[in-house]
Amino acid sequence: MDKLKTGIIAPPGLPAMPARWFDRKGLVQIGLLALLLLAPLAAYLLGHIYYINLASRITVIAMAAVGLNLAIGYGGMVSFGHAAYFGLGGYVAGISAYHAFDFTPFMSWPVAIPGSDSMLVIWLAAILLCGLLALAIGAISLRTTGVYFIMITLAFAQMMYYFANSWPSYGGEDGLPIYLRNTLPLVDTNQPLVFFLICFAGLLLSMAITSRLMKSRFGAALTMARLNDTRLATAGISPYPIRLMAFVISAMITGLAGALYADLNGFISPTMLSWHFSGELMVIVILGGVGRLYGPLAGAILFVMMETLLGGLTEYWKLFLGLMLLCVVLFAKHGVMGWLAGRERNE
Amino acid sequence: MSESVLSLTRLYKRFGALQATHDVSLDLQPGEIHALIGPNGAGKSTLIGQIAGSLRPDEGSVHLAGKEITALNVSQRARLGLGRSFQISSLAEPLSVMRNVMIGVQALQGHSFRFWTPVSRDESLQAPAREALERMRLGHRAWTPVSELSHGERRQVEVACALALKPRVLLLDEPMAGLGPEGTAQLTELLEALKQEVPILLIEHDMEAVFRLADRISVLVAGSIIAQGDSATIRRDPHVREAYLGD
Repeated sequence: MDKLKTGIIAPPGLPAMPARWFDRKGLVQIGLLALLLLAPLAAYLLGHIYYINLASRITVIAMAAVGLNLAIGYGGMVSFGHAAYFGLGGYVAGISAYHAFDFTPFMSWPVAIPGSDSMLVIWLAAILLCGLLALAIGAISLRTTGVYFIMITLAFAQMMYYFANSWPSYGGEDGLPIYLRNTLPLVDTNQPLVFFLICFAGLLLSMAITSRLMKSRFGAALTMARLNDTRLATAGISPYPIRLMAFVISAMITGLAGALYADLNGFISPTMLSWHFSGELMVIVILGGVGRLYGPLAGAILFVMMETLLGGLTEYWKLFLGLMLLCVVLFAKHGVMGWLAGRERNE
Repeated sequence: MSESVLSLTRLYKRFGALQATHDVSLDLQPGEIHALIGPNGAGKSTLIGQIAGSLRPDEGSVHLAGKEITALNVSQRARLGLGRSFQISSLAEPLSVMRNVMIGVQALQGHSFRFWTPVSRDESLQAPAREALERMRLGHRAWTPVSELSHGERRQVEVACALALKPRVLLLDEPMAGLGPEGTAQLTELLEALKQEVPILLIEHDMEAVFRLADRISVLVAGSIIAQGDSATIRRDPHVREAYLGD
């Protein structure tokens, strides 16, 4: 026992040490965040607004992927329909801004709902509505597994897409511009750097929530639902409500990202709801590393940079993206994060 | 009969033309190990499914501690105190032993919708899990990933997972499967020590272990129980010898 106490032998019954900031994984993670934060600051000092907006785009898409990663990576629920929540979040921002700009109510019966150009109101509405939508879609979809789950989530998202496409009040397939970026108290959201920092805070928050969640009892149950749901049920915990809750939280994060994306572009269109975007989010999650906290960020940086750099050179940049994805799936199953930071250790 | 912890009453289960369970009644008394033996294809798995809740019987009822559980699902039955182990290991391999056992403790405490407090520092989860592991003499392996355990150790973890539920009944499905003589002897000893605390319904192929451990034995052949009694009775029963023991 004395030996144990003096630490010559690691005492049994102690969990594996968590990552330290100075080990390989910690350095990679800090490096990614620093890159994302410092690049737009440098661009700001040099006066290149374009690059600030590019960083905002990476950040928002990473945040949407953080949401999807919670479903796919941590929950084992391969949703092919997260564009539904991204788009719904975007439409909440767009429609609300449209009515605020016009001074027309969104609804006057049975309850009067005015438009609002306050981001706080919009975010809250986007999160709530996405949560409700995911509750309905998840409740049905989670009764299936495997390919059926993929297809049914896709089907729901496509229903949203066609609905937005054919609903003329808010631009139909042409989309809807947001003439004035929505506002936050105390800060000027029109400043690209300010808007970037808002997005960055959103990304950090969503990652912190994911991390904390996965360490909690809920996370332990969700992990078990993914790895072995028989074990979970045999222990006396029904996997279904655990999965459904994770699906809802996942959709809320992606929905909030959608609201930010609408404000970033000053424009919403059914494209945000299309299956292409669901697919891109999946590609980002897989590229970055499924079930890795920083995977979505690494994936989004890679994806958007390729889109920007290669897309500038050739129209066929997605060919290279496809090749890269193929390499990741075949040779580096743990994605960019697995490659940079090493395999994830489980306790 | 009223004091039995687990009782099956006239269970029937049919799959198409196959009568997998035919009028099966058995019960488990406090402090005993009741073994269920039978040749391959006798319907043992089907019967276990009906006890654990993954299958519904066509007729008949299952009672746990006097409460009818026939219509309940797997997790509801687990919450009422039915702990089970699987014939094929059902542990989450990449996770540590501790994590596998802790999920049972968590279920017992009934707080899975807690989102904020990390489990890694939660003594109220870890202490009971460690206790269950100690009982199976696996305390020293607590933070080892299941994938690094030997086959025998995994079987013990399976039992520890069931124990973590503080069950009223243990349903052990071939816990000795694939164990060497040494592992079997060790597990036999552990189960023997356990039975006073938790009665065990043991489904097992290893005859030596069954005859040593079981207070009562039921023999299942072609969906029906053909004999029931203590090991001496079963050893002598001509039907059993014919159908199962192979003389």
